[in-house]
Amino acid sequence: MEMAIEVESLYFSYGDSLILRDINFKIKKGEFVSIIGPNGSGKSTLLKNMISIYKPNRGSIKIDGKEIREYKAKELAKKIAIVPQDTNIAYDFSVFDVVVMGRNPYLGRFQSESYKDFQIVEDSLKLTDTLYLKDKSINQISGGERQRVIIARALAQEPEIMLLDEPTSHLDINHQIEILSLLKKLNTEKSMTIIIVIHDINLAARYSSKMILLNKGEIISIGKPREVITYENIEMAYNLNVVITENLYTNSPYLIPLTSKKL
Amino acid sequence: MYMEFISKIKCNRSIMLLILFIVLIISICVFATIGTANISVSETVKIVISRLPYIGSYVDIDKIPQSHFIIILKVRLPRVLLGVLVGAALSSVGAAFQGMFKNPMADPYVIGISSGAALGASIIIISGLNISLLKLSSVSIGAFLGAMISTFIVYFISKIKNKVPINTLLLSGIAVGQLFTAIMSFLMVIHTKDVNKIIFWTLGSFSSKGWDELIPITVPVLFSIAVLNFFSRDLNVMLTGEESARSMGIEVERVKLTILVICAFMTAMVVSVSGIIGFVGLIIPHIIRLVIGPDHRILLPSSALVGGIFMIFADTIARTIISPTEVPVGIITAMFGAPFFLYLLLKKKKAYYSGVK
Repeated sequence: MEMAIEVESLYFSYGDSLILRDINFKIKKGEFVSIIGPNGSGKSTLLKNMISIYKPNRGSIKIDGKEIREYKAKELAKKIAIVPQDTNIAYDFSVFDVVVMGRNPYLGRFQSESYKDFQIVEDSLKLTDTLYLKDKSINQISGGERQRVIIARALAQEPEIMLLDEPTSHLDINHQIEILSLLKKLNTEKSMTIIIVIHDINLAARYSSKMILLNKGEIISIGKPREVITYENIEMAYNLNVVITENLYTNSPYLIPLTSKKL
Repeated sequence: MYMEFISKIKCNRSIMLLILFIVLIISICVFATIGTANISVSETVKIVISRLPYIGSYVDIDKIPQSHFIIILKVRLPRVLLGVLVGAALSSVGAAFQGMFKNPMADPYVIGISSGAALGASIIIISGLNISLLKLSSVSIGAFLGAMISTFIVYFISKIKNKVPINTLLLSGIAVGQLFTAIMSFLMVIHTKDVNKIIFWTLGSFSSKGWDELIPITVPVLFSIAVLNFFSRDLNVMLTGEESARSMGIEVERVKLTILVICAFMTAMVVSVSGIIGFVGLIIPHIIRLVIGPDHRILLPSSALVGGIFMIFADTIARTIISPTEVPVGIITAMFGAPFFLYLLLKKKKAYYSGVK
């Protein structure tokens, strides 16, 4: 099986404070991976290292077998698309214009979009069920709709890997399931590698094939949801008394938080 | 169904730009004609065409008095063309800065260019230096140097490693601007006899400007406007946030630096010949955005055209309203621009409430 991302002994620091310490993991093509961990554990920082917004101090990140620093910005954008946590867009662009922006990596400075580009944009809108929004302003649609539009923009990049930074954090439960089901669909139908940073452990466990648990900048567990979601791991990372049971309806581990250990 | 939709938009855009261009040409002819001398628009058109290569000899100019030739060709035409160039440059820079800084308050002077130019100009006015270069006056050269120096200072203060955070750039721009303005005010307090001259310069004017000012800046300014337009898609994508833009394949820092250099250079050029004309660079891009949306591919060229038209409109009023005295054009741009902008804003607000956009 080919590797989508290989991270080897990665260190990253902001000034003097070390944020990520000796991170090692591999993600195969076509996996659905969740990165979980308490606030400040370095999840988003790790994500930003994987798309070259941050440059690691040490270690290597390979995307599709090639070192990330050897990629030009546009080349990398064809491999990896990101759906950021903050999806605010200054000024009133239409949904269609926003999704067209995803074609940027394929266009030269003196080139404008071709029929094929618009076709891809249309397909992306259809796949995320946002075609009916195309003429609306990006600032006048709901949070759930906006999240789907930004996913459509990422799809228009035709990436092999999609990274999402807390894609469900501002959404109600209906829209949370809607977004994750959409990602699952992209994962199974288009065999796209999906990597999400997420706080909801139960949702993560239900949809992912692999989970990475981060704490204080280090990976404390990596593997199948059942291997990662254990009493010991969660207790150590979150400082919390929990019960782990089985969700009979979704056939995935189910975590019930009880009390904080600090009190 | 989609192709139709797209080609319609593209077609609309080209038509829009074509219409604006025609309006600009008409405005040039009309505004070059208006004034104390009794010249008709058709005479102006004939005079201009008679000087063009190839078609010039086909126009009948026998009945037009020689004095009209001199007024149009030596005085009005260069002044109007200079107005178009300055208006187009300021509006383009305003549009690009508002996009790049993601801040609707940004204008061409936001990073301290105007204060630098004003200080440079006042130093020259006070010192009474008189060395001209390329036929440009020493005040122009002082203003240009002042503008470039202040931009460099602001840029190097804001630079951290290889990055220039936008907020730091804005803040240091304001701080450096205030400092330069303070120094200028101090100089004005000491040299009270030059205060009038300095104040008039800072209000901006095309009074007694002509070919000498127009010729050296035409090619660089037109070239800069053209280059800026090639960055319109980058500007669009950067409005979604710098990290997003980076993930969509934009070399954000390189694009920012390029735009900054082009804009600072262009602003310094036009400010050096016209003084600090306010409002055009702030308001015109907003008006375009309110009417046709934020896409820089149409916003930048339209801003340039409308900026040019608006500037010569304002300048015509400036030189005729209390003729023979000339009002600094910066006063007129604000007096006419602000109410029109407020009107658009109110109209847009109503449209939002009633649900029709």
